[in-house]
Amino acid sequence: MRIRLKVWRQESGDDAGKMVSYLLENVNPDMSFLEMLDTLNEQLLQEGSRPVEFDHDCREGICGQCGVMINGRAHGPLLHTTTCQLHMRVFKDNEEIFIEPFRAIAFPVKCDLKIDRTAFDRVIQSGGFIAVNTGQAPEANSIPIGSPEIEAAFDAAACIGCGACVAVCKNSSAALFTSAKISHLALLPQGAIEAQDRVIRMVDQMDKEGFGHCSNTEACEAECPQEISVLHIARMNWEYNKAQVLKK
Amino acid sequence: MGQRKQQTLSRKNWMAFTGLFLCSFLVIHLLGNLQLFLPDEKAHQQFNAYSHLLSGNILIKIISYVLYASIVAHVVYAVIITVTNKRAGGIKYHYDRRGAVSKWYSRNMGLLGTVIFIFLVIHLRDFWYIYKFGQLPLDAQGNKDLYTLVVAVYSELWYVVIYVICMIALCYHLLHGFFSAARTLGVYHPRYAQWIRVFGWAYSIGICAGFAAIPVYVHFLK
Ligand code: HEM
Ligand code: FES
Repeated sequence: MRIRLKVWRQESGDDAGKMVSYLLENVNPDMSFLEMLDTLNEQLLQEGSRPVEFDHDCREGICGQCGVMINGRAHGPLLHTTTCQLHMRVFKDNEEIFIEPFRAIAFPVKCDLKIDRTAFDRVIQSGGFIAVNTGQAPEANSIPIGSPEIEAAFDAAACIGCGACVAVCKNSSAALFTSAKISHLALLPQGAIEAQDRVIRMVDQMDKEGFGHCSNTEACEAECPQEISVLHIARMNWEYNKAQVLKK
Repeated sequence: MGQRKQQTLSRKNWMAFTGLFLCSFLVIHLLGNLQLFLPDEKAHQQFNAYSHLLSGNILIKIISYVLYASIVAHVVYAVIITVTNKRAGGIKYHYDRRGAVSKWYSRNMGLLGTVIFIFLVIHLRDFWYIYKFGQLPLDAQGNKDLYTLVVAVYSELWYVVIYVICMIALCYHLLHGFFSAARTLGVYHPRYAQWIRVFGWAYSIGICAGFAAIPVYVHFLK
């Protein structure tokens, strides 16, 4: 199939950047979206031009490295699917495809489609852990945890940190990402101990990075490759309000 | 700004508190106004007496000041939130189809709120201001004759149309606002979150249909 691309090109963070058109013939419908971009880059290299930079790693939907805006949707037209798991067969022959980086003040573009998502790392570093000295793994059954709690915590922990929630949010809010970690740890006895401190510190850091407010539009859950529930955001708000009332 | 912490959450708490207070006010306001549906004579007398009762009550006075403060705070925070959210976005997408995965009214609370705000200005000018500061003739009981004013104002068709449109805007604002406020305050339990959503729908439609029915009824049947 034949694909007409419009790709965001930007030399570096300081460069203004612009959309550039490319034509790609002979695209195999069974290619993944990233393989299509690889093909584009081969073509660009043969022409002697600079290839398009984009992030990726596992290419099997688990690492959260890939992620671009495709035709105005985070990770493309499918719900709950990473860019690497998207295939060209969902597009029509001769379709025009817009590819842009995830946009947010907190996610500055480094080059082309590559963005700096270390804001997420700093949010996690501010409290997304439990403060224990790691030694030998303790006996697994020494802390009783109910199966539903484990499952709920695991659902929250499934977040791969791709940033689609921020990209799709009209407010560029990181509420889903931050709340998934807060929820994950608040649900478990090991994490509950520091829950109050954690929520304050993580929300502080989230705000400091320049993310917006949550308006509960729920677009983030719809696009999230891991289907992280927006109810985690409500739990974060609950934990936050609880911490405000109980803090000493 | 910048010194106080966790502002994205604390500002939203204020939005939710003030919004829910306004929601509870709407219930009382509608219940009182339902008296306009009474037979003409009775409505006339009772509505004026009710207005007089409210204006003399100290408790109502306190609540009315909380109400003014809530409207001001809700609007001020709405502006701050909207401006900071715009700033957080950075460069706009050239091709933006993000709207496909959320409800239009959840993304346009500011626009709907602006319509409500304009409505509030018109509404307060025509009734509240005249009742408090204007010259109203007295009815047979010696109460200010608000009823006759209401009937006169709603006799204009274009006025009724504006009212109904504004009530539709309010309905959509509440359709998202009610459940959003519950989320903001932290209702995360799936069962209660669902109940609140259903209750919010019933509330929004009930309140707005009730308010919209009043000018329509008065215009065509009085
Ligand atoms: C009778 C009048 C009103 C009622 C009952 C009301 C109610 C509410 C409620 C319950 C919320 C949800 C709060 C949350 O998400 O936590 C809300 C949100 C909002 N309101 Fe109002 N509101 C009213 C008037 C207004 C006015 C006059 C404006 C603006 C000029 C406004 C602007 C907004 C905005 C922008 C939001 C969304 C905030 C966000 O993005 O999360 N509202 N409103
Ligand atoms: S490359 Fe790892 S999730 Fe797409």
